Amino acid sequence: MDLKEKIVSSFLAFEDSVDLDSSVHELRSEAIKKFEDHGFPTKKEEAWKYTSLNALQKVDFSLFPKEGALDYKEVKSYFLHEIDSYKIVFIDGVYSSYLSETTHEGMDICLMSAALTKPTYKAVIDNYFNKAVKDDSMTHLNTAFSKEGAYIYIPKGKAPHKPIQIMHFSTGSEAAQMLQPRNLIVLEEGAEAQIIERHQNLTKNEVFTNVVTEIFVAERANLDYYKVQNDRDNASLVDNTYIDQKSNSVASVHTFSFGGKLVRNNLNFYQDGSRIDSVLKGITLLGEKQHVDHYTLVHHAQPNCESHQDYKGIYADHSTGVFNGKIIVDQIAQKTNAFQQNNNILISDKATVNTKPQLEIFADDVRCSHGCTIGQLDEDALFYLQSRGVPKKEATALLMYAFANNVLESVRLDALKNRINGIIADKLGVELGFDV
Amino acid sequence: MLKVSNLVAGIEESTILNGIDLEVNAGEVHAIMGPNGSGKSTLASVIAGKEEYEVTSGKMELLGEDLEGLSPEERAHMGVFLSFQYPVEIPGVTVTNFMRTALNETRKARGLEEMPANEMLKLIREKAELLEIDRKFLSRSLNEGFSGGEKKRNEIFQMAMMEPKLAILDETDSGLDIDALRIVAEGVNKLRSKDNAIIVITHYQRLLDYIVPDYVHVLHQGKIVKSGTKELALELEDKGYDWLKQKTTV
Repeated sequence: MDLKEKIVSSFLAFEDSVDLDSSVHELRSEAIKKFEDHGFPTKKEEAWKYTSLNALQKVDFSLFPKEGALDYKEVKSYFLHEIDSYKIVFIDGVYSSYLSETTHEGMDICLMSAALTKPTYKAVIDNYFNKAVKDDSMTHLNTAFSKEGAYIYIPKGKAPHKPIQIMHFSTGSEAAQMLQPRNLIVLEEGAEAQIIERHQNLTKNEVFTNVVTEIFVAERANLDYYKVQNDRDNASLVDNTYIDQKSNSVASVHTFSFGGKLVRNNLNFYQDGSRIDSVLKGITLLGEKQHVDHYTLVHHAQPNCESHQDYKGIYADHSTGVFNGKIIVDQIAQKTNAFQQNNNILISDKATVNTKPQLEIFADDVRCSHGCTIGQLDEDALFYLQSRGVPKKEATALLMYAFANNVLESVRLDALKNRINGIIADKLGVELGFDV
Repeated sequence: MLKVSNLVAGIEESTILNGIDLEVNAGEVHAIMGPNGSGKSTLASVIAGKEEYEVTSGKMELLGEDLEGLSPEERAHMGVFLSFQYPVEIPGVTVTNFMRTALNETRKARGLEEMPANEMLKLIREKAELLEIDRKFLSRSLNEGFSGGEKKRNEIFQMAMMEPKLAILDETDSGLDIDALRIVAEGVNKLRSKDNAIIVITHYQRLLDYIVPDYVHVLHQGKIVKSGTKELALELEDKGYDWLKQKTTV
């Protein structure tokens, strides 16, 4: 039985395990039908031209893994533990109250399973759940099995005074496992939040995560979202993130892709208001046979909005990267400013990157700029640093920092910035002895 | 200090240096002049160990040690310093942090402990003062958005920090107005000592009014065609390079 059959045939058993009276029951049933019709995306589809899920479909994934157990000290290093934060932690897809720190005081930073079943949350679920998503097979698959994940609701004018970390650990208590977390984040008018999301496999058993995150950013709200992707080489991730913004809001997503076997980031912004700013930034630093595919979409649907995309990629060994940046400017969306930049460095002859801007502009008074480069490390710059006594390896690392620097500059959490620097230094096998 | 004998070097198929002989002793300042394309910058890069140049014959020795096969950083650790004509911009790495890395890597290579942070800071401030460098400048990203003058001054500041045995200043005067030139030259003069040597590469006599050389060499078509004292530079200023070019073609 291939993975699709296994998934479809397990749906009834899944439905039995959750509340059939839930308002999302119908959504799940529709979604599984759509997934069944379409199946997993294939390379024949333009949007999946460079990323194949075929190999993953041959793995016998366990769809409902048993929860493993973890001590905080085993996983502390994956948290941004230097600073105080809210934590929503899952082990093998199951909420770990022991590792988490949630709240209901003035805002809800808690669980999707609670939000989907308790009457208190019904209004929010009815208003927002599955409302930002697109007709997309992987998203439907997630919707069909949506049950657990992070639920964050920040009311009007509120801001949690510390960042929120969403952590997913896999302990491979059974064999290979597939996880489908579902997150819903709602920022009401003028609300603020800083969120970090990370998926981490801890064992030699393979993991396939298909996550959907819906984010609603209301008028004047401000969201900073950071995705830290530095998983093992037996962990694959399809990340589907949908952000719906209203007037005068600012939302930024930084994606740090440093690891994993196969990563696909579907990042969708929809600008439903005016004077909106959307920021999409990424640093990709890959080696060995790692593969990361960034598929971004910014839809400018109203006038006077901005979007800023800046993705930097460094590819070593046999790694492969993809950047596909789509910008849609509706006819009504005059005075749009849309910027897109994707720069790549290949430090191995065997590494490849495919980069493609895709602009669909229907308005006539807009400023859209895009640029992509693929190059090698600047030999003159390397010589310059070496001539000052910095060894080649460290000099190379410094140049990588310089290359990726402007993406890090906009990270507003110093502890995270330092952590990312640490991961980069570690990847490059250097100690620089200072925080860049 | 530096002994270059019959050095032939080039890039890919083309030979640029055609048998250079040069001996520079401790305490001396040598100027290397010559028209564009004569091989001045190549000579500087080859001494500093730039990998894209291939040395096909000849020899370079620093303090009696053969430089052949040594990487640029190894030469730097031995005491070679090259001030670049076009210093490279490194965003996100401050001047201070870069100097700390460069100095500590050099100390490590020489078997010394890392310099304690407070000592390092003191040293940086001391040397910055020498070059009349504002403190704010030190926390800016290396060369990023620097004016031509700032870049060159920063090169000499780095030279002051590294305390090289042999410093090669490649076209340090290019792009400088007279005030910047004076500050840079005064900085260099303060760094002159009986224990180090300086090679000044320049197209024009102007810089040599400030950094007075003991010897002047003229490079043409990859060869030193004439050597003399500082008066030679004045003669070149008067007559240009053509009279020397004609001599070599005859």
